[in-house]
Amino acid sequence: MLKKFDKKDEESGGGSNPFQHLEKSAVLQEARVFNETPINPRKCAHILTKILYLINQGEHLGTTEATEAFFAMTKLFQSNDPTLRRMCYLTIKEMSCIAEDVIIVTSSLTKDMTGKEDNYRGPAVRALCQITDSTMLQAIERYMKQAIVDKVPSVSSSALVSSLHLLKCSFDVVKRWVNEAQEAASSDNIMVQYHALGLLYHVRKNDRLAVNKMISKFTRHGLKSPFAYCMMIRVASKQLEEEDGSRDSPLFDFIESCLRNKHEMVVYEAASAIVNLPGCSAKELAPAVSVLQLFCSSPKAALRYAAVRTLNKVAMKHPSAVTACNLDLENLVTDSNRSIATLAITTLLKTGSESSIDRLMKQISSFMSEISDEFKVVVVQAISALCQKYPRKHAVLMNFLFTMLREEGGFEYKRAIVDCIISIIEENSESKETGLSHLCEFIEDCEFTVLATRILHLLGQEGPKTNNPSKYIRFIYNRVVLEHEEVRAGAVSALAKFGAQNEEMLPSILVLLKRCVMDDDNEVRDRATFYLNVLEQKQKALNAGYILNGLTVSIPGLERALQQYTLEPSEKPFDLKSVPLATTPVAEQRTESTPITAVKQPEKVAATRQEIFQEQLAAVPEFHGLGPLFKSSPEPVALTESETEYVIRCTKHTFTDHMVFQFDCTNTLNDQTLENVTVQMEPTEAYEVLCYVPARSLPYNQPGTCYTLVALPKEDPTAVACTFSCMMKFTVKDCDPTTGETDDEGYEDEYVLEDLEVTVADHIQKVMKLNFEAAWDEVGDEFEKEETFTLSTIKTLEEAVGNIVKFLGMHPCERSDKVPDNKNTHTLLLAGVFRGGHDILVRSRLLLLDTVTMQVTARSSEELPVDIVLASVG
Amino acid sequence: MEALILEPSLYTVKAILILDNDGDRLFAKYYDDTYPSAKEQKAFEKNIFNKTHRTDSEIALLEGLTVVYKSSIDLYFYVIGSSYENELMLMAVLNCLFDSLSQMLRKNVEKRALLENMEGLFLAVDEIVDGGVILESDPQQVAHRVALRGEDVPLTEQTVSQVLQSAKEQIKWSLLR
Repeated sequence: MLKKFDKKDEESGGGSNPFQHLEKSAVLQEARVFNETPINPRKCAHILTKILYLINQGEHLGTTEATEAFFAMTKLFQSNDPTLRRMCYLTIKEMSCIAEDVIIVTSSLTKDMTGKEDNYRGPAVRALCQITDSTMLQAIERYMKQAIVDKVPSVSSSALVSSLHLLKCSFDVVKRWVNEAQEAASSDNIMVQYHALGLLYHVRKNDRLAVNKMISKFTRHGLKSPFAYCMMIRVASKQLEEEDGSRDSPLFDFIESCLRNKHEMVVYEAASAIVNLPGCSAKELAPAVSVLQLFCSSPKAALRYAAVRTLNKVAMKHPSAVTACNLDLENLVTDSNRSIATLAITTLLKTGSESSIDRLMKQISSFMSEISDEFKVVVVQAISALCQKYPRKHAVLMNFLFTMLREEGGFEYKRAIVDCIISIIEENSESKETGLSHLCEFIEDCEFTVLATRILHLLGQEGPKTNNPSKYIRFIYNRVVLEHEEVRAGAVSALAKFGAQNEEMLPSILVLLKRCVMDDDNEVRDRATFYLNVLEQKQKALNAGYILNGLTVSIPGLERALQQYTLEPSEKPFDLKSVPLATTPVAEQRTESTPITAVKQPEKVAATRQEIFQEQLAAVPEFHGLGPLFKSSPEPVALTESETEYVIRCTKHTFTDHMVFQFDCTNTLNDQTLENVTVQMEPTEAYEVLCYVPARSLPYNQPGTCYTLVALPKEDPTAVACTFSCMMKFTVKDCDPTTGETDDEGYEDEYVLEDLEVTVADHIQKVMKLNFEAAWDEVGDEFEKEETFTLSTIKTLEEAVGNIVKFLGMHPCERSDKVPDNKNTHTLLLAGVFRGGHDILVRSRLLLLDTVTMQVTARSSEELPVDIVLASVG
Repeated sequence: MEALILEPSLYTVKAILILDNDGDRLFAKYYDDTYPSAKEQKAFEKNIFNKTHRTDSEIALLEGLTVVYKSSIDLYFYVIGSSYENELMLMAVLNCLFDSLSQMLRKNVEKRALLENMEGLFLAVDEIVDGGVILESDPQQVAHRVALRGEDVPLTEQTVSQVLQSAKEQIKWSLLR
């Protein structure tokens, strides 16, 4: 029907696309035709199409021009041409957020929505709801209620979906339409039922009981619409998850029964819901896995994709449940859809045996270049998991990773590979040399600064310990010559580390560093000058302190302390020991198969947590003059059962000569308000309780905090480990649970809490020493002590290592917390800082015969920490 | 894995795209703010086209989104949803869009025919998805609702009088112009 216009456009040189060279101003000019009488419906409809096309192409309409066109368009309601009218609705919807005063069409739309022409009514409802705001909604409420229960499906669906959109801004009005929605939910039309259920759920989702009722009602009668089934499965699985657990519930039965539905969509939704339920057992998974297995051989690519993607998820947690599908997955390895093939292979890598790895890796490398970065990352993660499972296969896997590293790829992908290689190198000392040399090659041509500096740092750390360190120098120095500032600075630091650990190479390193002193960039020059001067001193202690092991204080803490110092200058030089220590990065704990990407966050959170505590404590006048906060215990300890009347959790804060116990209290009784809450403490050792800071008032369910300050023992400073018996004292005032009014009269009461332990770990902060040996030499043997113990109850080295690390609360260095298999001796290296800022290092040699024998050597710059550590171990 | 339990919602579709064989946009409708600006949308469309136009594989995962697609002569149809969405639901939308267009264009699903029926396309998409919610999944119903009375009957099926009538009108228009 539009041929005529197209021809015209074509003749005037519009090319194959009649809309290609549309000019916004020309089209809007054309819109004047709307004012002509009689209206020419075809022409006008075509102009509206052009306007819509322009908006669709991302053309921006100004408010004035849009409003002008909009008002011109309203004239078109005089015509009764169906196409034109429908195009008007669309234009209204598109312009509702650009033009002004769009509500003037309300009456025309209301008329259409209640009129005789069924084809107008649905779209009119949707257009009307688009331009209606919450104040106007009351006026059309009556019509909406009628429309929801209309017997024409398209009208009913339109009204329901529009109500759903309106929920966001006018919840209270739409809420009143539930009865109508309820009626629509039993409609015979599949879409109406789906939309009605969706609306009902969204209105009621905060009311668990109502949702449960709704599910049982509709599942009992069965549903007609597969979409509605999918929706119900999602609702049911969410309820199940919140209920936490019992699989006997009718909800789970419902989901399971959907596995036998005749619609594939529903079957898949049910299977994936079961797979995603937390803590699903193998038995519960089995039926879901078997339907997914059937889908694997479907002719539909989307279904195969969905099935294998879900199986891949199952394989992460329950590889054995998927083994039954291995044959089907093998068939998918050659699937023409590379996404499916990749997922099939990575699933097989998780479930298959060691012997199949070579073959699968070969297969996957044949089409690596064809798949998207997202899937490449999936492959890298699968490989990373494999390396942990089969350490013997690292040669094959490493080779594969290096080929991938050389190919094109985005940052996320490259980072995943580098992370994976680094973790292999750390786990597996045999692969170190090859790994490092491949990484050297990679940074020769690496566009990502972050990765280049990271690898340079790794080279500086690991390179000097290899058999032939000099071969890395060329690669590193090339960076100094060729790269931009950040990488150059990283390279200079790496060079210095080689110089600090290697006597023979020192002269040549010095020559290289001298060249860097002339660099254009400040940072590079500064680093080079600094390292040059330190290295020229040729003192091991200096090297260790300033090159090999960096700062251990928290950077924001240092910033604040320095700012404070510049504001109030004093005669005393700035003392680095007064700065709080950085909480050790949590990154080390990623040894499990967690995806590589999720590492960064916790570090930051932990750092800020101590900051928060510091600020909170500084606000309490009783705690002035305690000095900087040294350490806060990482996890609050619960001193009550979780279900009791009062919930008390304690966090321990250690200062130089004092400790503060912070009690976070919650009152779970709604008919009581507690006042003047303190926790009385009785120490068993020479600790002295100095004062209590009470929580003034503790109303129902509002957490409050009280503190107890104790002085550390002075006479016997080694007796740091101590048990405190705790008792909460408070005044109870009864109150009315509904109004919250409290009685004036209260009475004293007490509540016994569990005992609180203070251990050595509370006095030692974890510190990471990258190079333990250098740090060991730096501290020197002035206060070295050594003792031997027998750990009679411990039967394995892993257990011993785990216990020692936990007990002393120190940081295991150089991955010495990992005990290699089949060895009966092990050396554990621990580093920490003792309260007051003294480094403490512990080397513990373990020997396993029948029981574990342990020789502990401790060094520190003070005698006290050594004594305390040895005393506590014994 | 725990986080994957979805908030049950009817908002299924994030976007519907139709591109031509150069990867240029013929139609695009985004239903949420995943790609708020025109620039980001274009970049996404370019990426999607590069990754899909050579393979005929129906489904892909791109930029963390599930994309189901289908091509016909010089047209590429895409339906995009969250990566946690039921892929078959997205597929139902894609099939409905394709089949209803195919019915409206009399199986002649190609760029020229589509451009000549742009308003039909706008109306059809409006009937299939509303603000991200699947409104209708039956192509018959969609075609029926879009159905442009009378005038939509193809030339061969028109009566002589209708042909004459339309010829008359055409002449009238060209004169009016």
